[in-house]
Amino acid sequence: MKARIHAGVLVLAALLLVSNAAFAFDVEAMPTPELQKRYDGLIHELRCMQCQNQSIADSPVGLAEDLRRDVREQIIGGKTDEQIRESMVARYGNIILFRPPFQRGTAWVWIAPFLFLLFGVFVGVRIVRKRTSLVAGDDSVIETDETAR
Amino acid sequence: MSRFLIPAAVFLALAGVLYVGVVHSPNKSTMQSVLLGKPVPAFSLPVLGNPGTMLTNSQLAGRPWVLNVWGTWCPACRDEHEALLAISQQNALPLVGLVWKDEDNAAIDWLKQLGNPYSVVAADRDGRVAIDFGVYGAPETFFIDSDGRVQYRHVGPMTQEVWNREFLSRIPKGALP
Repeated sequence: MKARIHAGVLVLAALLLVSNAAFAFDVEAMPTPELQKRYDGLIHELRCMQCQNQSIADSPVGLAEDLRRDVREQIIGGKTDEQIRESMVARYGNIILFRPPFQRGTAWVWIAPFLFLLFGVFVGVRIVRKRTSLVAGDDSVIETDETAR
Repeated sequence: MSRFLIPAAVFLALAGVLYVGVVHSPNKSTMQSVLLGKPVPAFSLPVLGNPGTMLTNSQLAGRPWVLNVWGTWCPACRDEHEALLAISQQNALPLVGLVWKDEDNAAIDWLKQLGNPYSVVAADRDGRVAIDFGVYGAPETFFIDSDGRVQYRHVGPMTQEVWNREFLSRIPKGALP
């Protein structure tokens, strides 16, 4: 029995490995570790425009591959990270950045969660206050089964 | 009374925001191009089926034209092909094809079999020009005005209706080629 379970786990593990291998695609090496670090950072910040909840680092589609090549070439061409981000935004818009800049048009993306939080706190405080004052001002006798009878 | 005032105000505000969102995005998967109003990206690409000749954006300057991004690997491009053929018959605007990441021979065969709606087709074999246009899927169709500025992008299959509404309407009056 135990051996059978072990075998099952092994098969599962093997399957997981296989699926990983299937999704492994070439992420080409950069000439120096320093450039490699910048490349890895950038490709995780950029959205794959075809499969929008993945970064171009995680996506095997052709467009993501082309964008990775674009990033690689720009890094090797001496562009700074900021210049590369700008060039991406100039072609695809802010949506290509997983962290859009804080500016007119995107400000609400950053502000809205805090507004909702504030609103929630406000409502919560109101409800608690109201209940507290209700209890404090309540001098009615609690009807028990005894008195009701 | 004031009990209902705040929830009602919140409801109305939210309804307003959602209404604007719904009205302004008839197709949520369509992103507006950031190129609108900007000069067309510079390119120089080999002409499909004509080795040695290049097509550049400057050759197309001076009159409005249309760029249609397609590929033989793209099922929606087959869907729009009939419409493109009909549109090209009407001869209103030069229809330039950009065959995106495709084998030249496959593209040539496709045009032989299905008919060729294009004035000229440029071969973007490695997809660099498509990136410069901010293309994120095929087909996409761009209207470029006589000043060489991108004025409109349509994402998805072209139809006669879209053509009339978004492309023909952008030709300046009395400036037909």
